[in-house]
Amino acid sequence: MLNKKYGIFAACLFTFAGNSGYSGEWSGFVSGELRAYGHESDQADQEQYYASLAAQPEYYLDWSGGEQQLVFTPFLRIDQHDDERTHFDVRELYWAINKNALDLRIGIRKVFWGVTESQHLVDIINQTDLVESPDGEEKLGQPMFNFSYVSDWGTMDVFVMPYFRERTFAGKAGRLRTPLVVDTDNAQYESSDEENNIDLAIAWEHSVGDWDLGLNHFSGTSRDPRFIPDFSQPQNPKFIPYYDLIEQTGISVQATKDRWLWKFEGIRRDGQEILYHALTAGLEYTFFALNDSALDLGIVAEYLYDDRGSDALTPFEDDVFLGVRLAMNDEQSTEALFGVIKDVNETSSIYSVEASRRIGDSWKLNVEARLYQRIANDSLLASFANDDYVQIEMAYYF
Amino acid sequence: MKKWLLFASLSVLLPFNVFAETAEEKGLAIAIEADKRNAGWKDQSASLRMVLRNRHGQESVRKNRNKTLEVDGDGDKSLIVFDSPADVKGTAFLSFSHAIKADEQWLYLPALKRVKRISSSNKSGPFMGSEFAYEDISSQEVEKFKYKYIRDDEVDGRPAYVIEYYPQYKHSGYTKQVTWMDKKIYRPLKSEFYDRKKSLLKSLTYHDYKQYLNKYWRSGRLEMVNHQTGKSTTLYWDKYEFQTGLNDRDFNKNSLKRVR
Repeated sequence: MLNKKYGIFAACLFTFAGNSGYSGEWSGFVSGELRAYGHESDQADQEQYYASLAAQPEYYLDWSGGEQQLVFTPFLRIDQHDDERTHFDVRELYWAINKNALDLRIGIRKVFWGVTESQHLVDIINQTDLVESPDGEEKLGQPMFNFSYVSDWGTMDVFVMPYFRERTFAGKAGRLRTPLVVDTDNAQYESSDEENNIDLAIAWEHSVGDWDLGLNHFSGTSRDPRFIPDFSQPQNPKFIPYYDLIEQTGISVQATKDRWLWKFEGIRRDGQEILYHALTAGLEYTFFALNDSALDLGIVAEYLYDDRGSDALTPFEDDVFLGVRLAMNDEQSTEALFGVIKDVNETSSIYSVEASRRIGDSWKLNVEARLYQRIANDSLLASFANDDYVQIEMAYYF
Repeated sequence: MKKWLLFASLSVLLPFNVFAETAEEKGLAIAIEADKRNAGWKDQSASLRMVLRNRHGQESVRKNRNKTLEVDGDGDKSLIVFDSPADVKGTAFLSFSHAIKADEQWLYLPALKRVKRISSSNKSGPFMGSEFAYEDISSQEVEKFKYKYIRDDEVDGRPAYVIEYYPQYKHSGYTKQVTWMDKKIYRPLKSEFYDRKKSLLKSLTYHDYKQYLNKYWRSGRLEMVNHQTGKSTTLYWDKYEFQTGLNDRDFNKNSLKRVR
């Protein structure tokens, strides 16, 4: 039914674009992916090897000298085993107009807020497309009206979001899931308007010399659900996602001092059971042109904190992230990021590697691995303990 | 800038071969004259095609579009949007350059819609895997170097001043650049770059100069050869446009989000 709404909107925009006499351009990628888990699962429906295909074409049109733009970015993934990971989404479908200091953008968009690397606390506009990657970096398109005004005092953004997107979760046959399967067909909401609740957000950002500052407030349905266990069918227990109404204020600060980047993100959230605060703070230092080679080596260290402690809905309530970033700066743009995130109070650690290299002009090889090591039994990561994986993806860009 | 203009106009009144003038003063005077002659264009846009060649002659191509805004009394603001390779299409690089204090730089990553403030200390690193370093493509303010006039010479029959440039900003990969400056149009014809060990690293030659707005000379082709690796890069500049009415609002974090 949401797809039908998209369809009508898309048809209107394309009719308009078609009549305007301008021709747009298509770009994007198609990719094939293989994910291999290190251990067989003890759950009957889960597999050890997963193949999948994805495509994300992108249509772009502008007119009036670039003042007006139309963007359409559909996304499709087909997964060999997991019906929930097989999914379609409209990442972007919007019209934007820019006049002097004003921007108006209407439609489905993606917006990113924040500065830190290990997690993105203040980034709340878009829902996480969790079936895409367990790192939470992939996002679903968010329908919105966005008004933006630029002045000497920074950029002010106002967002009105008339439709809520539910988080995606692995299905019964998928790995990297909660111990009980999340029943995404029966989500519950605090708002009586459910997914039609109108969410609002306002954001200010500014750059002053070495400082990049951001302040924002969100009022609406939380993007992270709580889970209510449902044992009404004893053979088939489930988690029901429950989406609270929240008020969240976020702040982000980055100081860029020569080769040092100092980063801070903090939030104060009210409405999800208790009032709480969380932060990510740290630094990044880069050795550029290491030993007069083209190689850049960056070190990232961040601390992750949530004052709910063991009651937090995140495993990263008192954790340290250490990362090493390598950029070869070669013709193939070879890059790698090694990271470990470790709980301060117990043994749980996640090791990760993400590496990429261009092959020829149009292909890109991405390799990713995650190891869940010495995961404590009472950790929120406990159900991932068996889900170490290596993933190889080849993408063709056009 | 105004101070330099005043100094430049005074120095034009004086012949360069005044006995009291040292080689350093003469080098600086030529750099100021070149800066003065290239001032006042307000804004410019152009397309760039880069052809990267490795030691075996294998080529790969990168394309981007550049916009630059001249800023009175400070370094330029520039915006580079990448069109190819396809996997970096839509990536954009925003830079506010400054004479002495650190440049301000942001990178827009279209896959995440993320604007990242990045360190501008990366002066000597390769730009897009090419033989051009970031410091080779950034705006060249007079104050960024100390100068020394060496001698008069010719490049392909064009009379030129040979001047040494010594970088004064932090993190440069060079101990010096030797530049052959065309005596007539005050634009470089050739440069040689010496690395931190003072050995010859790269040579750059400028070709196909064209004049725009009856005043400003721009090279259509630049050839950079790395003598230590055998790799080379050719830049082809195309579709130059000047004074199209760009302003500060086309060069901020918000404008990064609407570039394509």
